[in-house]
Amino acid sequence: MTDTRPDPDQLLAELKADEADAHRGRLKVFFGANAGVGKTWAMLAQAHTRQRDGVDVLVGLVETHSREETAAMLGGLTVLPRKEIHYRDKALAEFDLDAALARKPQLILVDELAHSNVAGSRHPKRWQDIEELLAAGIDVYTTVNVQHLESLNDVVGGITGVRVRETVPDHVFDSADDITLVDLPPDELLKRLQEGKVYLPGNIARAKESFFRKGNLIALRELAMRRAAERVDAELRRDQPAGSKPGETLLAAIAPGPAGETLVRHTARLAGRLKVDWRAVTVETPALLRSKYKLASARRNLELAESLGARTALLPGPHVAQVLAEYALDHDLGTVVIGKPPRRFNIVESQAARVARLAPSLTVQIVGVSAAPAERLDPWAMIGQRWQGAVWALLGCGMTTILAARLTQIFDLANVIMLYLLSVLLVSVRFGRVAGALSSLLSVAAFDFFFVPPRMSFTVADTQYLLTFGIMLTVALTLSQLSARLRFQAQIASRRERRTAALYELSEALSGALMKEQVVEIALAQLAPRFKTDLGLALPDLGEHLHQEGGMALDLAVADWVYRHGEEAGQGTGTLAAAHAFYLPLTAPMRVRGVLALVPKGDWLADREEKRFLQTCAAQIGLALERVHFVEVAQNALVSMEGERLRNHLLSAISHDLRTPITVLLGLASTLSESPYAAPPAREIAQQLVGEIRRMNDLVNNLLDMARLQAGEVRLRRDWQAVEEVVGSSLRALELRLARHPVELDIPADLPLVEFDAVLMERVLVNLIDNAIKYTPAGTPVIIAARALPQTLQMTVADTGPGIPPGQEETIFNKFTRGQNESATTGVGLGLALCRAIVTAHGGTITAGNRPEGGALFTVTLPRHTPPAMPEPEHLLPDIAP
Amino acid sequence: MNAQKPVLVIIEDEPQIARFVSMTAESAGMQTWHATTARQGLVEAGTRQPDLLILDLGLPDGDGLDLIREIRAFSEVPILVLSARSQETDKVAALDAGADDYLTKPFGVNELLARLRVLLRRHAKDSPGDGQVTLGDVEINLVARTVSKAGDAVHLTPIEYRLLATMIRHAGKVITHRQLLLEVWGPAYVEHSHYLRIYMGHLRQKLEDEPAQPRHLLTESGVGYRLLLQHN
Repeated sequence: MTDTRPDPDQLLAELKADEADAHRGRLKVFFGANAGVGKTWAMLAQAHTRQRDGVDVLVGLVETHSREETAAMLGGLTVLPRKEIHYRDKALAEFDLDAALARKPQLILVDELAHSNVAGSRHPKRWQDIEELLAAGIDVYTTVNVQHLESLNDVVGGITGVRVRETVPDHVFDSADDITLVDLPPDELLKRLQEGKVYLPGNIARAKESFFRKGNLIALRELAMRRAAERVDAELRRDQPAGSKPGETLLAAIAPGPAGETLVRHTARLAGRLKVDWRAVTVETPALLRSKYKLASARRNLELAESLGARTALLPGPHVAQVLAEYALDHDLGTVVIGKPPRRFNIVESQAARVARLAPSLTVQIVGVSAAPAERLDPWAMIGQRWQGAVWALLGCGMTTILAARLTQIFDLANVIMLYLLSVLLVSVRFGRVAGALSSLLSVAAFDFFFVPPRMSFTVADTQYLLTFGIMLTVALTLSQLSARLRFQAQIASRRERRTAALYELSEALSGALMKEQVVEIALAQLAPRFKTDLGLALPDLGEHLHQEGGMALDLAVADWVYRHGEEAGQGTGTLAAAHAFYLPLTAPMRVRGVLALVPKGDWLADREEKRFLQTCAAQIGLALERVHFVEVAQNALVSMEGERLRNHLLSAISHDLRTPITVLLGLASTLSESPYAAPPAREIAQQLVGEIRRMNDLVNNLLDMARLQAGEVRLRRDWQAVEEVVGSSLRALELRLARHPVELDIPADLPLVEFDAVLMERVLVNLIDNAIKYTPAGTPVIIAARALPQTLQMTVADTGPGIPPGQEETIFNKFTRGQNESATTGVGLGLALCRAIVTAHGGTITAGNRPEGGALFTVTLPRHTPPAMPEPEHLLPDIAP
Repeated sequence: MNAQKPVLVIIEDEPQIARFVSMTAESAGMQTWHATTARQGLVEAGTRQPDLLILDLGLPDGDGLDLIREIRAFSEVPILVLSARSQETDKVAALDAGADDYLTKPFGVNELLARLRVLLRRHAKDSPGDGQVTLGDVEINLVARTVSKAGDAVHLTPIEYRLLATMIRHAGKVITHRQLLLEVWGPAYVEHSHYLRIYMGHLRQKLEDEPAQPRHLLTESGVGYRLLLQHN
């Protein structure tokens, strides 16, 4: 018995398998306070247990550091060969990520989570390799020491005096599914150290003596335990809604330099302990913008904050405190964390105090940080850099002096001062602060030298001129500062303006695109001049393979990685950094729609705002591609709808065109056969004609029904039906043909109602009974029975004829197949195919076989559902005597 | 003579079918008029004072249903609908809109004549007055509300009796599920077609010799039921 319906159990199993495929691997971290506590050993021990449980375990990479204990533990486990990477003439053995992904074990062991890969590897960090393994659905065991955790890095450094460079972002550790703390009391660790059983990496080995003091070991142990405890705590609270409530999020004001870095780590730890989200912002003051060094440092700090789980922003504005207060209030952030360097004199209001004054509702937390190291100010270098400004300051001063010399004959000295101030203003507006300051000083000096008596001398006769100089210098400097600031702000504003305009232009141009090719063309045309560099686009085809669509040649391997992972890669990123271009995904709301690549110029990638602008552009392009995609989908749907309408139209036209002549033929033939004027032989012929026309009509009906069913035009009109009734109407339809065959019925009176389409089910029975008539000699019975089974209703139609040839029980349901190939029996084998199509549409089955006592047996099984409420039983009418 | 001939209007776009129908009707002593469109048919139905109307549901110029409703607005003339198989929904809609019976294409001359006779007789005036109806060996006295089969009293429930009486009232022509439910159970039950299946089953068990091969209480699949007074 074949069933064309999918088996639900099998479906479920497939579904589960799909789920498992899509499932992300689980990460287990063996966490220790220090090297030598036995993390690797513990990891291997557990791997052995899992392997015994039947798990496919692969050792991706384990550093034995030639310790016998550990090496012995490797016995019995499959070890993945390392990949040789040649770097600066040295062959280095690294973890082979691609081989591991290809091998796809259930569990892989990769030691030392914090390891940095050799340059030229896909990812610079091992934890990124592990992320990819997890994403591929592979479980990973790994090890890490407390000092490698990014947020604790400085604390450990502070305790031990040794800073390790290799760090792991805390989110990697926090998102691990399982943390096992491997602990060893300090005394035992020291003993193992003396026995030489502990391997020490690079700089720790050098600082062995200071590092392995018992005090340090205790502190590290406490730190590790506390971190692990925080993890457990977080796990306990995992059921609670993620993220912090409004007003609980911390806002860290990040300054450039080490002070900012300290604050980032402090706030990260604080947020972790409070279990709240945090944000890190740096206010982009004109002062910050002027210093490339400070700006770069601020960006580094923000990147660190991002890696520690913060949302970051670079906010433009003239006053730090004002911007902070506004941002905190706008985003409903309750607490502002501000670093405060030690100051000798507290004359000026601190940033923290100013924030507190501007927004009294905020909680301001002050963290002591080291003073920012003074920027090396080399005035000559600065003047040298801005020689043009300096020249103009000199020129301006000289020209003002000459002009003023002429005018002093007419004007008062006070007006001469005004002239100098004007030149300071012009110079500072045009050439900035340094030129302005220079101009101020020169102006005062020139005024003193040339105009204040005694002239041509810096000596001053009247002491009250000293006050004049003072005020003049102050005014000039203030003026130069203010105008320079104005100039900076105008510059920033115009840069933003340009970005906004470019974005607007891009989205406007894209909004008109109707095809993928147009989107590509517009994107390249708009972005290439804006970024003044080479661009390329790659889009996926229907088979999810990326193809170059325009612009410069892309490395499709890198593009493919970006497309699959939806993350940026290439130059300036943490993935495949050796690529010559920067690749970013075109992410749209539904999915990634393609990849954009561009060759970064200069330190462009360091400019967060430019990068964000590019990301916004990419999102715009992604959105346009998605829109175009859905337009295409909608069009295809419309086309297929149109096709269906046409098909239905055609079907009813054919149906009409075929039936009309049949109707006319039958009418005329039957008229002739009943006509009293026709000769008896003619009437007999007419009667035969009538029979043949009816047969042809049956065939046409079957053909059209089949066509309708296959065109999907038939909607089942299910209703609760009595089997007896549909059997009755089928028999009546075949009344004439059944004349020579007795019908044996076995239908219990108490059969339940079954839900089916009565018209179609009648077609099934008519075809089955007709079949029985066709293939059996006259006088043999047709046997029709029905039975209610627990879940189904079974109807059988049987005859006592030759039966179905063995091996054809299934093939007779195919279209145009007949039981006896060379028989003279009329009819194309479409009837059974139609029966199967109808029964299958009802969710039932139809099978053919032979009765044990001989003759064909067709069994129709229909599903039984809960029948509707039945009417209340009634009393009989009273017996009225006639 | 002409005045006594029943008048038949055929609304059919296929001339061959129309000719065969006219021929049959004329041979049975009727006067026929032919219209090829619904519009023309409406005019004929309004002007010829027909005793019977035959309407093809597949007219090219419009919905036969609308035509039935329009005719029903001014006339009680019996309407026989011609339709193709697999148009059960259309048939039911036509019957519920006011058509009296249907005939599925293709049909023989006898089927057509039988339908015409039933409809003309019904129109001539309803049922004999003595209230006595015979279905084979089943005797129903509508006045005394008694039913007997082969001389033995048959006990029906009130609903079974009402169902039977309704079927007798529409004897010879098809009656849709909806019409039966409406007349027997009431407007709240028009969706409860499974009630009909149950009670029709009971009636057949009590009145038919072979319930699965009924001779009088016939099923018209997908449309309704038909009571055949005498089996031919």
